[in-house]
Amino acid sequence: MSASPFTVTPLVRRNMRRELVARIVLGAMVAAMVLPLLAIIAYLVAKGAPLISFKFLTTNPTHGMREGGIWSALLGTIYLVVIALAVSAPIGVLCAVYLNEYAKDNWLTRMINLAVVNLAGVPSIVHALFGLGAFVLFAGIGRSILAASLTLAIMTLPVIIASTKEALAAVPMSFREACWNVGASRWQTIWSIVLPNSLSGILTGVILQVSRTAGETAPIMFTGAVFFKKIQPGTLFAYSLTDQCMALSMHLYTVTTQVTNAPEPLPYAIALVLLGAVLAVNAASIVVRSLLRSRKKW
Amino acid sequence: MTTFTGSSGDLSRPKLEYGLATRGLSLWYDQFKALDDVTISVKTGLITSLIGPSGCGKTTLLRCFNRINERYGNVTVKGEVTVMGKNIYDPDVSLIELRKTVGMVFQRPNPLPISVYENVVFGLRLHSESSALKRSLLDAAVEKALTEVGLWNDLKDHLDRKATTLQLEQQQKLCVARLLPLKPEIILLDEPCSALDVNGTRAIEELMFSLKGRYTMLIVTHNMAQARRVGDECIFMLLGRVIEHGRTEDIFLNPRDPRTAEYIEGRYG
Repeated sequence: MSASPFTVTPLVRRNMRRELVARIVLGAMVAAMVLPLLAIIAYLVAKGAPLISFKFLTTNPTHGMREGGIWSALLGTIYLVVIALAVSAPIGVLCAVYLNEYAKDNWLTRMINLAVVNLAGVPSIVHALFGLGAFVLFAGIGRSILAASLTLAIMTLPVIIASTKEALAAVPMSFREACWNVGASRWQTIWSIVLPNSLSGILTGVILQVSRTAGETAPIMFTGAVFFKKIQPGTLFAYSLTDQCMALSMHLYTVTTQVTNAPEPLPYAIALVLLGAVLAVNAASIVVRSLLRSRKKW
Repeated sequence: MTTFTGSSGDLSRPKLEYGLATRGLSLWYDQFKALDDVTISVKTGLITSLIGPSGCGKTTLLRCFNRINERYGNVTVKGEVTVMGKNIYDPDVSLIELRKTVGMVFQRPNPLPISVYENVVFGLRLHSESSALKRSLLDAAVEKALTEVGLWNDLKDHLDRKATTLQLEQQQKLCVARLLPLKPEIILLDEPCSALDVNGTRAIEELMFSLKGRYTMLIVTHNMAQARRVGDECIFMLLGRVIEHGRTEDIFLNPRDPRTAEYIEGRYG
């Protein structure tokens, strides 16, 4: 009987063993990431879900935050996120457009790029102190929604610049060349070709910052968030810019560490609302992005 | 119809013998000298091919004529580059107007990721007030440009198709068509066939023949046979210098310089 030309040799067997090991190790890493995440969400839902109701979302906390809802904190977080991104998104995106499309590649540009990357890694408590010094004290805005939002804006700015630059750089150079060669100015090139084709990437970067802005406690603690504040329920305009506000992240911290005898499900319910809000925004961003992506083919 | 007489129908302007010329042109990328004292004159209405080994400065020279080099980093230029008799480094030269007059076609077809129709009118939209752009005017421009490059019959029913989904050959023709509504005088082609197969190459070469006379064309090519087929004149470059410039048959049959002869025979490349 002649040997088949396709029988397994010892070398092949060793390669197959390695393949199996690699598959198991890599799969285990994925599991190590996904399982805790699922566990956290399941735990939160199990513990917090019973408390959540429309009434919980739309009434102020009462009885020293032990009863009632989270209305003032929820609305405060919405204010902070919306204002912070309304400030940082346009500045960040336009800044990235300048750095990517206009700036010459010289030492100053490289310094600025380096600074942006480093700023993105600065701990949020440092941004908080900067906000306290610059907005609350120096600019005299005082502890308020405005000061806290600006602090959050400063914190998200470098990340938005970095992600927008990535998105812009992903637009093929040949598109720009095509524009220049019919005599388009840089701005015409950017407006008619570069921005439309990088919009989905830019939006992704901006919207990812929503979750970060909503989740941070440190930057708002010194600059505008308070332990407790009662606001008018039933209207979205219950805060004004110069008010201090409650925020979900801060509220969660307060309830878990400062309030004695708080009902056990309460912190879980707050965390669940925060998580749900962030997930909702991210899901929306994915929908928007896939809509934009479906239009782009190259 | 005056379409097929003179360059883009503009008969008022006296026809210059040389559409493109350089005198003592040197160019540096940072410290690297890419062009060294280049003096050439390119005849109006003909196809001139630029040949030479990789890195000899062909593409750099080509890019001088619409000053697109300046977009690719730190470039220093010395000497004179004239287009239609005008030194394009004079301070009163608008780059935008220059690039309308001097169109460029790239190695890889680079249609914009918009419809065929919008690709063709892209230049018009950039350079006109939107109120001046009547639909009928745009339609006419699209039909004229696509007819000129031989795409009209294939694409007249697919004008809203995304240009990036066309075949490569069609994309490259479209890239030529995109230049035409701006009424260019000169078309620079940077290895326009190197991404195409044999049929695509033939189609683009035929397109070049059909455009000959109306536009001054300067083509960079690596393909010796192509230079021989399409070029009325031929310029051989080596290490940033022009070694020989003459009629194509003279360059290929009786090169004056031994280096030209060696290159053409394929001793290096």
